[in-house]
Amino acid sequence: MAGGGVKEGLYARLYAWVNERFKVDALVDYMGDKKVPVHGHSAFYYLGGISLFLFIVQVVTGILLLMYYRPGADSAYESVRFIVANVQFGWLIRSIHSWSANLMILAVFLHMFTVFFTHAYRKPRELTWLSGIGLLGLALMFGFSGYLLPWNELAFFATRVGTGMAGAIPLIGESVMVIMRGGEEVTGATIGRFFGLHVAILPGIFTVLLAAHLIFIQRQGMSEPVQWAGKSEGAKRYQRFFPSFILRDLLVWLIVLNILAVLAVLFPDGIGVVHWPLGAKADPFAPPPEVIRPEWYFMFAFQALKLLPAHVLFIEGELFGIILFGIGGLVWTLVPFLDKKRADQKAQYLMAFGWFVVAFILAMTVMGYLV
Amino acid sequence: MFKTGSTVLVFLLMLGISPCLAQDNCRDCHFDFEDDDGPSHKIVRDVHIQKGLGCVDCHGGDMTLDDMEQVRQVKGYRGIPTHREVPEFCAECHSDAVYMRNHNPALATDQLDKYKTSIHGQRLFGKNDPKVANCISCHSVHEIGDAKMPHSSTHPTNIALTCGQCHANADYMAEYRIPTSQVDDYMESVHAKALYEGGDVSAPTCNDCHGNHGAAPPGVSSLSAVCGMCHAIEADLFNGSPHKIAFEENDYPMCETCHSNHKIEKPTDAMVGAESPAVCVDCHSADDGTMGIEAASNISGAIGNLVAAHDEADSLLNEAILKGMMTTDEEFRLKDVRQVLIQTRTLVHSFNADSVASKAKEGIEKADEVKSNSVALIDEYHFRRRGLGLATIFITILVVALYIKIRRVDNRLYSR
Repeated sequence: MAGGGVKEGLYARLYAWVNERFKVDALVDYMGDKKVPVHGHSAFYYLGGISLFLFIVQVVTGILLLMYYRPGADSAYESVRFIVANVQFGWLIRSIHSWSANLMILAVFLHMFTVFFTHAYRKPRELTWLSGIGLLGLALMFGFSGYLLPWNELAFFATRVGTGMAGAIPLIGESVMVIMRGGEEVTGATIGRFFGLHVAILPGIFTVLLAAHLIFIQRQGMSEPVQWAGKSEGAKRYQRFFPSFILRDLLVWLIVLNILAVLAVLFPDGIGVVHWPLGAKADPFAPPPEVIRPEWYFMFAFQALKLLPAHVLFIEGELFGIILFGIGGLVWTLVPFLDKKRADQKAQYLMAFGWFVVAFILAMTVMGYLV
Repeated sequence: MFKTGSTVLVFLLMLGISPCLAQDNCRDCHFDFEDDDGPSHKIVRDVHIQKGLGCVDCHGGDMTLDDMEQVRQVKGYRGIPTHREVPEFCAECHSDAVYMRNHNPALATDQLDKYKTSIHGQRLFGKNDPKVANCISCHSVHEIGDAKMPHSSTHPTNIALTCGQCHANADYMAEYRIPTSQVDDYMESVHAKALYEGGDVSAPTCNDCHGNHGAAPPGVSSLSAVCGMCHAIEADLFNGSPHKIAFEENDYPMCETCHSNHKIEKPTDAMVGAESPAVCVDCHSADDGTMGIEAASNISGAIGNLVAAHDEADSLLNEAILKGMMTTDEEFRLKDVRQVLIQTRTLVHSFNADSVASKAKEGIEKADEVKSNSVALIDEYHFRRRGLGLATIFITILVVALYIKIRRVDNRLYSR
C-alpha cells in the first residue's frame, strides 16, 4: 500500500503540475458535461471514431515506410521490395498500411451513409457534413496517389487509366492530366508528384480539415435521432462522453486493431479483390496486363463509365458520365442545404435518392468484378 | 465482260499464277487430258511458276503453238528428261550463278557438284543406277517447293518422310544392304521430339547430319564433327578427354557409341555410372585395368548429390512460396543452381571426375544457400503466426479488462 501511495502521490503531483499550466480540469469538466444519446442505432456513432483510429494507423505506418521508401523510377520498386523482403517487420508495416487504408475508406463510406440516412447533416451540422465530404475526397486521393508509389506493373497501368480519365474532363481535362502525370505520360516524374501529394500536400490539408471536423463535432455534440424530437427529456437516455463513450471507443479501437493485425499477418498481400501484390516492376513498354482494375472504391465509377455508349446526345460517352457524376456529387455535397424539413421530419425524396446511390454503387461494383 | 475478266485475273493472282499462264497453250492442253495429280494440275503450287517461270523455261518449245508436233520441231525443245538426265536438266539454271541471281540470289549454285560427290550421284553417273535418288526424287516434279513452304517435300517436318520414301522401304533397299530402320528410329529420338512435338523447325532432321545434295553417311572419324556442329561444347570436352585416343585406337564412332545414331534418346543421369543402365558398363568393368568404372561412379555420385541438393532446395523454396513469403531472390538463386546443373551434366563429356565434382560442388553450395534461406523464410512465417497469436491474446486481455472497467464506470455513474 505504501508503494501505491507513493505512486499516487507522484501521479497527483504530476497532474497538478500539468493542470496548473494547461487547465486540464476545465477540459475534463467540459467533456464530462457532454452527453451522447443512447438508442438502437448508437452503434453507428463508433464509425467516425473507427475512421479516426485507422487514419492514425495510416500516419504512423506511413511515417515508418517513409524511412526506407525512395521515390523515383529507378528506386521506388526496389525500395518497396527491400522493405518487404529485408527490413525487419517491413512486410507487416506495408501490410498494415494497405489494410488500414482500405478499411479506413470503407469506414468513412459507412460513416457518411449513416450520417446521411439519420439526417445528422441537418442544421447546425452543415459545415461538419461539408468537411466530412472533403475528408472523403482527400481519402480517395490518398488511395489513388498511394497506389502508384510501389511502381509495379498493376500500379503503373491503373494510374495510366485513372489519370487518362481525368483527361476527359471538359476544358481543363488535358491540363489536369498533364499536371497529374508531370508530363504527357506516366513516368518517374509522376511518382515524384504522387509522392509529394501523398506524404506532404494531402496530409497537410487532411489534418487541418480533420481538426475542423472534430472541433465541430465537439462543439455540436452527437446528433439525436429524428424520432427523439417529440420526446420529453425524461424519456431520452444519455451517457457521458467522458469517460463512458471514450472508453467504449477505445474498446472498439482495440477490436479493430486486432482485426487489422489478423488481416495483415494472414494476408500480407491482401485477399480477393482487395489485393496489392508487389509483382513485377512497371515497364512502360510492356503490354498492359489482361485485367486492369481500379481499387474497389473506384470500381463503381469505372464500371459505369465503361457501360456508357460511345456517344450520348452528341456528347462523348465518358464525358457524359463525368458530367453526370459531377452533378450527382454536387447534389450529395449540398444535401444539408437541400433538406429543408423540420428536425422531427424525414426527407423522403432525399432518402430515396440516397438509397438509389447505395444501390447504384453496389450494383456497379458487383458488376465490375463479375463481368 | 470487264467484270468477268477482272474476276478471272484476281482468281489467277490468288492462285499465284502469272497472268501470262492463262495464254499458255502447254498448260491448256495438258490440263484437259491429265489426271488431277498430273503436272499441269499440281504446278500451281510450284515455286518456279510462282516466280514467273513457265513450262517452256524448262522444257523448251513455244507456248503459243497449239500443235504438239509443231512444238516438238521448235529449236531447243527438250521434252521429258530421262532419270540420268534430270540433274543436268535442273543444273542448266541452278548451276548458273548469273541466271540464279535474278531469281533467287540466296540459293547456292553448287548442287550438281555436290550431288556428284554423294553416294546417289556416284551411283547414278558411275553405275547408271536408275534406282538412286536424283533431284526430282526428293524435290518432286512440278510441285517443287522452297524449304520454307510447309507443303514442300524439303520442309524440315517433311524431310524424314522424303528420305524415308526409299530408305524406309526394305524391298527397295534390299540390294544395297543398308538398314531401313533409320526413319523409325529417328522418330523416337530427342531430335524428332523437338521437331514434331516441340515445333522447333531448327531441330535436326536427316539432311542436317547427312548433308542434302552431297548426301553421305558420316564416317567414324567425322561423326563427332557432325554432332559437334550443334553440340560444340560437348565435342570440345570429348576431344580433350582420354576417350578420344581410346576410341580412335579401337575405331569406335565417337558420340554414337553412347548415344546411338538415329534413335538418340534424351540423355539422363542414369546413363553415367558403374551399374546398368549406365552405358559406361558396356565397355568398362571393375577389373578392366582402367579407371573407367571408378570415374563413372564418382561422376554419377557428384551429379546425384547436386540433383538431390537442388530438389531439396526446390521443395523448401516451394513451401516458402506457398506460405506467401517474399522469395524473388531465392528463385533467382535456384535458377543459378539449375544452370550449374546443366554445366555439370555437360562436363560429363570430359570424363574427368574431378572437374565434374568441382562444378557440382559449386552448385551444391548455391543450393545450400537457397535451402538455408528458404528454411529462414519458413521459420519467419511461423514466427509471424506465433507473434500474431501472442498479440491477439494480449489485445483480447486488454479488451476484457476495458470491458470490466466500462461496467464498473457505468455502475458508478448510472446506477443511481
